[in-house]
Order: sequence, then C-alpha cells, then structure tokens
Amino acid sequence: MVLRVSVPLTLLGLLEREPSHGYDLKRDYDTFFGRGKPLPFGQVYSTLARLARDGKVVMGDVRPGEGPERKRYVITDLGATEVDTWLTEPVEPEPHLQTVLFAKVVLALMLGRPAEEYLDTQRRAHLRRMRELNEIKRGENLVDMLLADHGLFHLDADLRWIDLTVARLDALAKAVRP
Amino acid sequence: MTLIAAKDVVVSFGSTPALRGADLSASRGEIVAIMGPSGSGKSTLLHSLAGILAPDSGEIWFDGRRVDTMGEPERSTLRRERFGFVFQFGQLVPELTAEENVALPLLLGGQRRAAALRQARAWFERLDLEGLEQRRSGELSGGQAQRVALARGLVCGPEILFADEPTGALDSLTGERVMELLVASAREHGTTVILVTHEPRVAVYADREVIMRDGLVNTLTPDRIGS
Repeated sequence: MVLRVSVPLTLLGLLEREPSHGYDLKRDYDTFFGRGKPLPFGQVYSTLARLARDGKVVMGDVRPGEGPERKRYVITDLGATEVDTWLTEPVEPEPHLQTVLFAKVVLALMLGRPAEEYLDTQRRAHLRRMRELNEIKRGENLVDMLLADHGLFHLDADLRWIDLTVARLDALAKAVRP
Repeated sequence: MTLIAAKDVVVSFGSTPALRGADLSASRGEIVAIMGPSGSGKSTLLHSLAGILAPDSGEIWFDGRRVDTMGEPERSTLRRERFGFVFQFGQLVPELTAEENVALPLLLGGQRRAAALRQARAWFERLDLEGLEQRRSGELSGGQAQRVALARGLVCGPEILFADEPTGALDSLTGERVMELLVASAREHGTTVILVTHEPRVAVYADREVIMRDGLVNTLTPDRIGS
C-alpha cells in the first residue's frame, strides 16, 4: 500500500507556519509536496472549507495577496493540536512511505519542530516492525520467510533514507525556510 | 542486573572528540546493538567498554568493578578470560590452521595444546564448520572465516561478546547465517553481546538497539517523544 500525503494535514501544517491565502497555500504545496501533481484550486478551497467547518481553521482578516483570493486562513488550537499529533506519531512502518515522511520532515523544519527526533521515533518504529518480521523468518514456512525478507529489505531502504535525511537536515532546513 | 556500563564516557583522538559523555549499560544475557552513522563513536564506545581504550573521563564498570582505573595487566586478563571479540574481517592469524585460530585464546590463557585443540574442535560442529579444521584463513570463504572468528570469540565461554560489524564484509545470506549462529550461541550460554552495526537488518537480532550520534548515545523513548 502506498501511503499518500494527507492534503488537509499538509495545508494545516502550512497554516501553522503563518496565516495564508489559499493561493499561497497552493503555491507552497505545489513547490514542496506536489512533485509534478499540482493541487487543483478547487481542492484547496474545498479542503479549507471542510477544515473551517470542523473548527480547525478560521477565516481571518482580508488582506491583499498574490492571485485573486483575498481571504486569509488562520489555524485554530484544534488544528494546531492535530498537526502536532500527526508530526509526533510515527507513520505505520510499511514500505513506500517516504512521501508521508518527507512531508512530515519538511513541515517540521518549516515550523521549527525537532525533525531529527521525529525521524528517530520513526526509526524505532521501523526497527520494532523489522524485529517482528525477523521473528517470522525463524519459522519453518519458506513462503513466510521470503515475504518477511521482502518487508525487511524495504524497511531497510526506508531506514537508509532516514539516516541520509538526518545527515542532510541542516541543508534541507535552509532550503524550506523562508 | 547490569553487567557492564559506560557512564558519561569522554574520549578524544587529539583534538577530535569521539565520545562526548556516552552512557550505555547491558544486563547479563542481553544483546544490545549500537547503531549510528560512520564516525558517530560506535566502535570507540565498544573499545572503551571492552577495556581496549582508556577514556579521558567517565567510568567503565564490569560486574561491579571499575575497568577504566585498572592497570593494563589486569585489563588484559579480563579481556582474555571474560570477554570475547569478533571483528569485521575476522582477523584470523594466517599462519595458523582454523582450529589453531579457535584455540588461540585458550593457548594464550596457558591451557595445554591438546586440551585447547580438543575444546576448539567442539565449536566446528556447532557452527557448521566440520571438515575445515586444518584449513588456513586463505582457504576459507568469508562466511567460513567469520564463523571461525566467532568460534574463537566464544571458545573461552566469555561473559560478554564484543562484536564490531561482524557481518560487514559478508553478503546478506551469509551474514544472516553468522548472526543466527552468534545469537543462538549467546542465548545458549547466557552471553551478553555488545554488537556494533550500521545495518538495521543485523541490529534487529538484538534485544534492543541504541543510536549514536556525534559521540552521544541517543536515549529517546521508544514509542513517542515526550511520553
């Protein structure tokens, strides 16, 4: 299963950085998280409307911004708590989760949060899952063994990415902070 | 019960700090993996725990005794009689046969040759090395040489086995076999293992792992920051 980045959580994270217009949110989303798949304007505003309905953002004062939209959105305490919980909790250790992890790392750096600690927490979650898979390998069933190996090698690749990212956090922070 | 511990250990090589207040402890029979990037201080911590390196400050404790304040002869005896070692490239003595390599710690401890070789040979069956007793290191594959090195590390019945990247030079399958045997032997004899590795797939053979970075041991809680 490929875990995709949650658009609502990503927009909330961008809003925690500073109150923003919809246009600015789309631009930053496309720059950092879009990877060739720009977020349609319609999805930006429908997502913001849902977040407002759920009390996670409120409409702030109207100020001129880039593009036609003039409403500024502000994150609420409820929204900020949701971002905090999402950043802090490790992702389910399954292969191919780099996109989610990448979004977490970039947002954590933008918000001045301890990205390295989040990655350490993720590493431990990965190692715990790998230990479980290693136990499965000790059984007699060759098919289970091969499946466990498949999982182990993919999680191992995730961990190498985590290590490399930790080593590059300072450079990444410079690239994503205004 | 804690068998070995490093407390606030500082080690520098010239002006380069390798350990900057590292703490680590292991219980009897526990297998602990030390992970971390190159240059994070993993091997320096292992060498400090094993009494090979004397720290600039801090304390090393083994079985209720300070190791860092011991004289070299006493530390040497400790290493020979109660510690075992396995390194990345086996480091077998090329002039000796495989069984002489395994018997080496016993011979250095003063045991008679015939008895030492007899004891060494018992390990060849346990580690799937039967028939290779008379070969020299140049006539062994990487996996075989590393299993001979493992036998040499365990032949004295050490209370602690220090393993520094024991599978670093092996392919995945061979490395897995070496780790299976290492862990099985350690469990059978209640041996504590301090395992240095940068490979997650090796580290998960341990009961727990610690991560080193910039000369410090990371002690984050396992599940959630701040919990």
